[in-house]
Amino acid sequence: MQTPTLLTVLVILVLAGYWIGRQRSIQLAQPAGGIRFLRSLPNYYGLMAVVWAGVPAVLVLLLWGAFDSVLVRGMVMAGLPEQFQQLTAERQGLIFNQIGNIARGADPSADPALLAAAEHYKNLLQISVVARSIVLLSIVFAGIGIAYFYIKPEVRAREHFEAVLRTSLLTCSLIAIFTTLGIVMSVLWESIKFFRIIPPTEFLFGLQWSPQIALRADQQGASGAFGAIPLFAGTLLIAAIALIVAVPIGLMSAIYLAEYAKPKVRNTVKPLLEVLAGIPTVVYGFFAALTAAPFIRDVAHWIGNTFGWEVFANASAQSALAAGAVMGIMIIPFISSLADDVITAVPRSLRDGSLAIGATRSETIRKVIFPAALPGIVGSIILAASRAIGETMIVVMAAGLSAKLTANPLDSVTTVTVQIATLLVGDQEFDSPKTMAAFALGLTLFVVTLGLNFIALKVVNKYREQYD
Amino acid sequence: MTDILNEMATRREQKLKRSLSKRYRQEVVFKAFGVASIVSALLFLVILLWTIFAQGHTAFQTTQVRLSVDLDPVTLGLPDNPTEQDIFRASFGTVLRDAIMAKIPEASSRRERRAVIEFISTGATYDLRDKVIANPELIGQTIEYWALAGDDLNQFNKGNIDRNVDESNRQFKDNQIAWFDKLDANGDIKTTFNTNFFTNGDSRDAEMAGIAGSIVGSFYVLVVTLLLSFPIGVAAAVYLEEFAPKNRVTEIIEININNLAAVPSIVFGLLGLAIFLNVAHLPRSAPVVGGLVLTLMSLPTIIISSRAAIKAVPPSIREAATGMGASKMQVVLQHVLPLAMPGMMTGTIIAMAQALGETAPLLMIGMVAFIVDIPSGPMDAATVLPVQIYTWAENPELGFRENTSGAIIVLLGFLAFMNATAVYLRKRLERRW
Repeated sequence: MQTPTLLTVLVILVLAGYWIGRQRSIQLAQPAGGIRFLRSLPNYYGLMAVVWAGVPAVLVLLLWGAFDSVLVRGMVMAGLPEQFQQLTAERQGLIFNQIGNIARGADPSADPALLAAAEHYKNLLQISVVARSIVLLSIVFAGIGIAYFYIKPEVRAREHFEAVLRTSLLTCSLIAIFTTLGIVMSVLWESIKFFRIIPPTEFLFGLQWSPQIALRADQQGASGAFGAIPLFAGTLLIAAIALIVAVPIGLMSAIYLAEYAKPKVRNTVKPLLEVLAGIPTVVYGFFAALTAAPFIRDVAHWIGNTFGWEVFANASAQSALAAGAVMGIMIIPFISSLADDVITAVPRSLRDGSLAIGATRSETIRKVIFPAALPGIVGSIILAASRAIGETMIVVMAAGLSAKLTANPLDSVTTVTVQIATLLVGDQEFDSPKTMAAFALGLTLFVVTLGLNFIALKVVNKYREQYD
Repeated sequence: MTDILNEMATRREQKLKRSLSKRYRQEVVFKAFGVASIVSALLFLVILLWTIFAQGHTAFQTTQVRLSVDLDPVTLGLPDNPTEQDIFRASFGTVLRDAIMAKIPEASSRRERRAVIEFISTGATYDLRDKVIANPELIGQTIEYWALAGDDLNQFNKGNIDRNVDESNRQFKDNQIAWFDKLDANGDIKTTFNTNFFTNGDSRDAEMAGIAGSIVGSFYVLVVTLLLSFPIGVAAAVYLEEFAPKNRVTEIIEININNLAAVPSIVFGLLGLAIFLNVAHLPRSAPVVGGLVLTLMSLPTIIISSRAAIKAVPPSIREAATGMGASKMQVVLQHVLPLAMPGMMTGTIIAMAQALGETAPLLMIGMVAFIVDIPSGPMDAATVLPVQIYTWAENPELGFRENTSGAIIVLLGFLAFMNATAVYLRKRLERRW
């Protein structure tokens, strides 16, 4: 049976199992005098049968999916003649793909050994499908059968079922840990391979970034340098511009909304600011690349030509300023909502005390509320910085690709995320230093953002003024 | 003596007054800064939306040119009793070319003729073919046919190419404008609703490119994401909020969830590439993989909002149910969960809206490929709306720039709809205790 049919049949059988379990418990309760002599309600006996039949079936199905292709491949490759066994792993992979093509009828011309292997492969696949159906069906039938004979009025079916449910709830919450582990493993694995070729010191402190690896020894301009300092500098430059735009605007908006605005203004303006956060980054990227960047370039050229300033006249079409400023707009609501939370959390009594001794509103804010809220505000700025460093689409579309070491915001720079994206998009070969470099950059990015979060949390917790 | 005292008092008073007026000025300035920053933030929003709408609204319109097409079987290269196969292979391009040349006979040089031929999109060829296949009796007749215009004519007609620009900087040349004006004066130019934009997949020609493929792709990705992330997220939230013992494991889980919410999206793309594609060998560019990656990304959002919803259910409900003899699980499943459901759904819709706008991780798993066909299932190669926007934005052609903005308008429309639903649900269903 193919997968969809098999799944439908399994679902029907499991539902039948529910009905059987339920009926069985009612039937057993009859001689005793009705279902009130059961330890649990009949539904729970049905659910118990579902658990017995369904859970092992699902587990086996998942395991089968995970190991089926590996096993089949191993058996096909083991069946090949001697000369194929000595090939490298890569060549064997190619051979196996060819066998797959032959089996699908896409490649009729091949040598007899491969034809035989393809025949073997087809047989194995068929056997696998049939075996899977048989195994799963027998598991489900066995489960229902066991449940049928296990069900007795004194069996605590509800406790049984609830224990299983509880375990599955726990499993779901463990997915967060598995995700983190998955991220760490995937970036670490490739990074370790990368660092075997390029030493970490060269990666972290090198000043040259040109990830093209020479295909021929004499190729021009393809040295393959992996010094990430220019990327870090570009990332920091853009993030700094973003923060210069976002922090004053976000902070002042939050202060105004929290301290001055009437509830009506607050309730309309706050959601409008949140709209800025809800706009997808690709839209900001489009805006930065096609509206903001040309505008900034034209203004810079105008200034440069009017006053004869070289720096402005040479402004690049893809400037760090455009990407950074648009990114700043994007993180305004991020800062303003976090700052709003900490400002409103400052107790009323501090405000009242300050106002009562004659301070104006703004003095109260600057000298009382702001210092009290400072740890939270610093925390939110750090979080915003981590956001700006990890942002991808705006910089991919507006920041450019040239890895330059410059502090000029009108020049084009590149960032860590841009390089990850360009190194991996459309790239099929997986073992070149180019793609592994992307994972090393990913590892750096992951560590840095995690570190910033950690610091933000520490700052908030350590320097928080305790009231009450 | 009193004089000195008086003088001191007045001086003091004046000093106070001066400092007071200074303090009041500071107050006004401070407040003005607040207003200015809010106004500038909102101004950015308006500018952003306005530029996109200004560039994008024309994407929903297209241009057609009226031709009288002579469907002569000889020119079409058809045999006497053509089968559908024959019509499918007939050269409709030739008859369309003859028809547009007949409209503008003055184009004589090779170069001019090519410019005139480009007035008609290659898409018109397929459209006319389909039309004739549907009505084979048209063969041999001369029909009036509104043909889809080529990209340049289309852009000029919609006003995206300014005729006052110097000819050398304009892709639509003076002679083309003269021909266009002639056609327009005859009433042979029509601006209509751009159905192609909503029914076609991607295309190399801007006037033929549409968002149907990417919308279907986005739909499959979101379905996979929703089916996985909602049950898992709710289950995790229920466990952490109701069952988890206060121990090391629970603490680690909670720290992990909060950290995952702050991990850059592109790192999730690396996870998808390394694990789902290279270890699990799932198909590249498939919505299933996109859905899996976005599930992992949206889980923290869903878990955090679901926990808040569960927390908002008052303990009295739990106590009453427990008092009636319900087990812990029954209390949760039959009382807490239904009461927390609206809050959970709101959080999930917001997470889905985020997932719909997500681009970077999907680039990593190859959903950036050029795909003309509309995907027919979650295992087919597909692209999604934001990625389509990205690929179109990289294309320098004017027509694609317009299409990009059009696609953004559609995407923002979907997002606005989802967020409005979330707000409505919250207002309508959420109970305050």
